[in-house]
Amino acid sequence: MTDVRDHLREWAMPHVLCPGCAHGIVLRSFLEAVDEQEIDRNRLAMVAGIGCSSRLVGYVDFCTLHGTHGRAPAFATGLKMARPELHVVVVTGDGDGLAIGANHLIHAARRNIDITVLLLNNSIYGMTGGQAAPTTPTGAVASTTPGGNTEPNFDACKLLIGAGASFVARVLAANPIEMTRVMVEGMTHSGFSFIEVVSDCPEYYGRYNGMGGGADMLTWMAGREVGVTGPLSSKRFVNHVPSSTAPPGMATGIIQREERPVFTGVHGEGSHGP
Amino acid sequence: MSGAKLVQGNEACVRGALAAGCNFYAGYPITPSSEIAELMVRFLPDAGGVFVQMEDEIASLATVIGASLAGSRAMTATSGPGFSLMQEHIGFATMAEVPCVVVNVMRGGPSTGLPTSPSQGDVMQARWGTHGDHPSIVLAPSSVGEVFNLTVKAFNLAERFRTPVTLIYDEIIGHTRESVVFPDSVDIISRPRPNGDPSTFLPKAAPPDGVPPMPAFGDGYRFHVTGLTHDERGFPTTDPGQAGALITRIHDKVTNHQEEITEIETFMLDDAEIAIFAYGFVGRSAHEAVLRAREAGIRVGMIRPLTLWPFPYHQVGEVAAQVDTLLVAEMNLGQLIGEVERAAAGRSEIVGHLRADGEPITPTDLVAAISGAGAVRT
Repeated sequence: MTDVRDHLREWAMPHVLCPGCAHGIVLRSFLEAVDEQEIDRNRLAMVAGIGCSSRLVGYVDFCTLHGTHGRAPAFATGLKMARPELHVVVVTGDGDGLAIGANHLIHAARRNIDITVLLLNNSIYGMTGGQAAPTTPTGAVASTTPGGNTEPNFDACKLLIGAGASFVARVLAANPIEMTRVMVEGMTHSGFSFIEVVSDCPEYYGRYNGMGGGADMLTWMAGREVGVTGPLSSKRFVNHVPSSTAPPGMATGIIQREERPVFTGVHGEGSHGP
Repeated sequence: MSGAKLVQGNEACVRGALAAGCNFYAGYPITPSSEIAELMVRFLPDAGGVFVQMEDEIASLATVIGASLAGSRAMTATSGPGFSLMQEHIGFATMAEVPCVVVNVMRGGPSTGLPTSPSQGDVMQARWGTHGDHPSIVLAPSSVGEVFNLTVKAFNLAERFRTPVTLIYDEIIGHTRESVVFPDSVDIISRPRPNGDPSTFLPKAAPPDGVPPMPAFGDGYRFHVTGLTHDERGFPTTDPGQAGALITRIHDKVTNHQEEITEIETFMLDDAEIAIFAYGFVGRSAHEAVLRAREAGIRVGMIRPLTLWPFPYHQVGEVAAQVDTLLVAEMNLGQLIGEVERAAAGRSEIVGHLRADGEPITPTDLVAAISGAGAVRT
């Protein structure tokens, strides 16, 4: 294994992330997944939207596209349709991917285009200063829910399973080795793979909700894990992703995996591609 | 493609795109532009291209931009409501300097407006629709044959200057069928490509003409693309010097090459005392009105820009200096008339003949306006 720092644009640092933010751990796990697959950096396109997680693409020495808020799956669709030999990975956040960009995310899943989406869920809008997101649990405090969130929150994995994603997994930033393993599984899956990474935001979510610093939040997160990953079959559906009633356990592991036709755009003779 | 063919404007757009080397289309259905998508899916795949129908117009243009970054000559087509949604990514493509073509077949607005009626209500949106300071290149054909020619030109300008180009025409042009002899081939301009060492490549370092060479993702150059204000490395910066240099360069690369971009038709202006300023479909009514008014002994001519933006201030100003009256005819409540006033700078009287009720401006309307009967003084 090479040094994962070889994959970084160290000249672009220092980075914008806060102390205690787990997004850096997630990035390291991803770079190890890239390394393990020996992917040619010239053939790896990373596409992001807007938000803290989306800023990760600025620091990696791949072909990187920092697009518009929520639209990363649509940019990625164009890249992959036009140049199928590219490995295309989307990095998005919970606000980016599940609020403003949810439409693009579910349609990319429905089409089953061969890309991987990493959704880093920190339960809040971090970059804009701690506003409530579609993932902020009911009752949780954010700058726009000072009396506690009165809305229910999305379960990202349930949403993506409903949209037809052929690979759905949830991993914890507290578990970096498992993250790498699941990312390799997702990236080598033929078709659309969705991986929700439960990350943290000590600066806003943690501070507003009295959860301590980054290490405290990762410890808390690890204590709620409910693994669902058993022996994997080619088609596996585990229908016990917990509902949003707090405080649930978090189902982790590969929740959905099936093989179905991969969409590559409409090519010659009106077919669905090669 | 020899021999005359009877086609509608939207088909001429597809034929022009294919002739210009378009190999990627993404779009979303909307009247009165949908024939472009329906014909694209029939012809583009077998020509080696890719077609994808997206979930909305926002995604359509994002997908086009992604495909262009992967090296494709890519386009989308829409109408007013969809054009509103595309403004976000017209801005992104302008800032990130990604070539792409956007076709807007105009219908009545605002909002869903008059879906099946013609309008020229989007010509200022085509200039200023996306936020921030930005240049715009907008082309406006007035016939089916011109749709073909200007679609080709739109691709070439997009590639030449690494910027989005909007082709804008109204519903009448989109759906009118005319007999057209299409050329067997057209001149194709491709985006400048780098040939240096990828390890020292600066993606936004521009030569004197202001257009940086552009590799595709997968070509061996690894670089960053962002809508944030960025430096020559393509990396975000808030440095005022860098920010000013970038915004100035993306303007200058267009305005300094206006002679490559601007196309104008003039008709019977030599001895004219009155000139009609018209574009798109109205240009045809104006042409006919000039002929009829001349028969009645009125010395009238026409200036018709095929390039709406950058606006041809100089050329319109020269006409204003010559004639007594400029009659501005447009199917809106007064959009380009303001630019004509700026160009004229008091050198001629400006009269508007404006209509925004879903009906076209006819030659009869304009003859009456020339005679002073229907003119609305501004």
